[in-house]
Amino acid sequence: MNQTAASARPQKHPINRLTLKQRIKSYLKHPLSLFLFLIVAAATLITVFVLFFLILYILIKGIPYLTPSLFAFEYNSENVSMFPAIITTIMMTVFSLILAVPLGIFTAIYLVEYARRGNKIVELVRLTSETLSGIPSIVYGLFGMLFFVTALHWGFSLIAGAFTLAIMILPLIMRTTEEALKSVPDTYREASFGLGAGRLRTVFRIVLPSAIPGILAGVILAIGRIVGETAALIYTAGTVAQIPTGREFLFMSGRTLAIHMWALSGEGLNTNQAYATAVVLLIVVLLINWLSAAVAKRLAKS
Amino acid sequence: MSRQKLIEKAMEILFLICALTSIIAVLLICIFLFANGVPAMSKIGVFNFLLGTKWTPQDIPASFGIFPMILGSIYVTAGAIIIGVPIGILTSVFMAKMCPKPLYKILKPAVELLAGIPSIVYGFFGLVLLVPLIRETFGGKGTSMLTASILLGIMILPTIIGVSESSIRAVPDSYYEGALALGATHERAVFFTVLPAAKSGILAGVVLGIGRAIGETMAVIMVAGNQPRMPAGILKGVRTMTANIVIEMGYAADLHREALIATGVVLFVFILIINLAFSLLKRKVD
Amino acid sequence: MGKFEIKNADLYYNDFHALKNINLDIPQKQITAFIGPSGCGKSTLLKSLNRMNDLIEGCKITGEFLLDGEDIYGNMDVNLLRKRVGMVFQKPNPFPMSVYDNIAFGPRTHGIHSKSKLDDIVEKSLRNAAIWEEVKDRLKKSALGLSGGQQQRLCIARALAVEPEVLLMDEPTSALDPISTSKIEDLVLEIKREYTIIIVTHNMQQATRISDRTAFFLLGEVVEYDQTENLFSMPKDKRTEDYITGRFG
Repeated sequence: MNQTAASARPQKHPINRLTLKQRIKSYLKHPLSLFLFLIVAAATLITVFVLFFLILYILIKGIPYLTPSLFAFEYNSENVSMFPAIITTIMMTVFSLILAVPLGIFTAIYLVEYARRGNKIVELVRLTSETLSGIPSIVYGLFGMLFFVTALHWGFSLIAGAFTLAIMILPLIMRTTEEALKSVPDTYREASFGLGAGRLRTVFRIVLPSAIPGILAGVILAIGRIVGETAALIYTAGTVAQIPTGREFLFMSGRTLAIHMWALSGEGLNTNQAYATAVVLLIVVLLINWLSAAVAKRLAKS
Repeated sequence: MSRQKLIEKAMEILFLICALTSIIAVLLICIFLFANGVPAMSKIGVFNFLLGTKWTPQDIPASFGIFPMILGSIYVTAGAIIIGVPIGILTSVFMAKMCPKPLYKILKPAVELLAGIPSIVYGFFGLVLLVPLIRETFGGKGTSMLTASILLGIMILPTIIGVSESSIRAVPDSYYEGALALGATHERAVFFTVLPAAKSGILAGVVLGIGRAIGETMAVIMVAGNQPRMPAGILKGVRTMTANIVIEMGYAADLHREALIATGVVLFVFILIINLAFSLLKRKVD
Repeated sequence: MGKFEIKNADLYYNDFHALKNINLDIPQKQITAFIGPSGCGKSTLLKSLNRMNDLIEGCKITGEFLLDGEDIYGNMDVNLLRKRVGMVFQKPNPFPMSVYDNIAFGPRTHGIHSKSKLDDIVEKSLRNAAIWEEVKDRLKKSALGLSGGQQQRLCIARALAVEPEVLLMDEPTSALDPISTSKIEDLVLEIKREYTIIIVTHNMQQATRISDRTAFFLLGEVVEYDQTENLFSMPKDKRTEDYITGRFG
């Protein structure tokens, strides 16, 4: 009783919370709502179940076959090592990014920092990049085969694959960079112009540095697409299971991990090794998702 | 000072040239596909090519009718939509309107992960798990239209969920509150006011899903059976346009090769139409 | 005994004490106005009367809210409460569907599906809200095509269609032009014969024009609650006087 009224009140039980009992009573009174709730819950459970089941199934079946010999330097028919494929995947990723990242960033810079409002070129670029992002990878593969492999006489090669993938990920890099640039406040630019800096200096010294996390998130997503890509590479980079080496390595064929997995599961003899490859691919995808989430979180914080 | 200006101008032109690459890329893709595919179509005859029901490139004389594959793509996509769209939309309703915050923090990355899994892994999963499952449950070989539809239905889930969720979130709260104030339950308010208000956005998501499904290649090849004949039932094998290209391109030559490229042209036209529908819908939402 | 009785009510948004020991007795079939500067808690109290505050995370309510003597936070079904206590929002919020479907939404929610019954309800509600003549030829067209004032009257019609006993109005004219405002005020005066109306308003002239009783809120407290005439002509509290004479900081 020596408590004051003011401090006593917050301790009182709030009256505006629906208890479970009230909620159940309400559902019983409204069967349609109950039904809607149940199908929504069921659908969500299916989605989650499928995801976790797929991941667990692959991990459980695949991890036991993840033997050291699968990472041997040489691939041969007795030991279908994935090591050459891992190296090829890294090379393919690096070359595709070298081509697509500057192109994508420069395009976004033009769209956001240089083009005037209502510029016809801007609209056309948007339209074409939307088109590009809707084209399925098999069509990219066909185009790459017709243009880079045949017309330019590059043959099945790393470089033909990298160029094909570069076009494929270009819209992704462009869009994420564009959004990142747009989110840089105009006051930064005005301040820079106010100090007498030119447009170029403003873009490279002020705008781009603030947009880097956003661009990075896009690049990470692009890496995910490159690593997982199959259909666009079969008839551009080919399926040779050796590491491209020597002076002309760019013009040699090589298989990435995803293609390696396709080849293994297609032969039907190496299902266990295909499981193991799937595990590696899944781990890469998990890592990439985790990374891009971490970058996005940092982005949200700043 | 003038050197400074020169650099500025040069860089602007460089940026502009980069911006033009995506336009050039689309042009090149169109030119090379059409230039290599259209002559084959006219050689075979547009009618015989598109509506011919026999694909026997090894026979003499060979026939190149891709109607079975066109139907195959459409059927498998329709199946994927029937399976994926209801589950996807309902899941997005849960995520946007019913999900407690701590659960959302798990669910959202989970759906993003679903989007990031490569199609070859989906295909492999279908091959080692779905195919035997269908074989044991319904009989037949297991590689079938049904199997492909289920697998594609799963694969388009993240697309549908992502687009639907953001369009549901874009609906002003005032609709939801207005419905509650009239005595509607939470579910009724969500399904009868919020969902209808988000319908163009959700439809755009479905169209995007159709594009994904019809263009999917590797996963479909691994579970669909790939018989180049008219689709004969949901438990029978089926070949899609995408599968046709990948399976035969490795050894095809001359007219056969051109006919495969022409298959790609038909697929490309399908995709362009779907893209157009998507951007029209998106414009309507904005 | 009034229609609504509020006893010792307190409300917190997390740590913020938004309503402090509110005691109000709201009479039947009269118009009660809540006035006060923004952030004083008048809208918050209004939303507690049909439990719309339940949606807000971190909102905690204690005390008693009685509708016809029955505790609305007790065993009463929330959906039924909201049927009995209708609400009109600050910004007109017609659903993105036809005029007809907007009005029929409430009745359908409460189980009326017969076409002829719905037709009757739609016409009656629109007539009650004095908008029938303006929309009768476009019942099947989208409600979003109406003007702001028409939309708000449509929302009133929509609220009336479920035959509530109480109508809560949260600054219903603040987004409207003067002509639409006066139409809505006339309408409110018209329907008070059948409904108990509680209106939150920023506009003191509006309170004097239409309300029978007025409660003045300041910093989460009810400073004064009286007949509108009395409150505006001879306020008992110095703070009320300062506010209505515009001397309030």
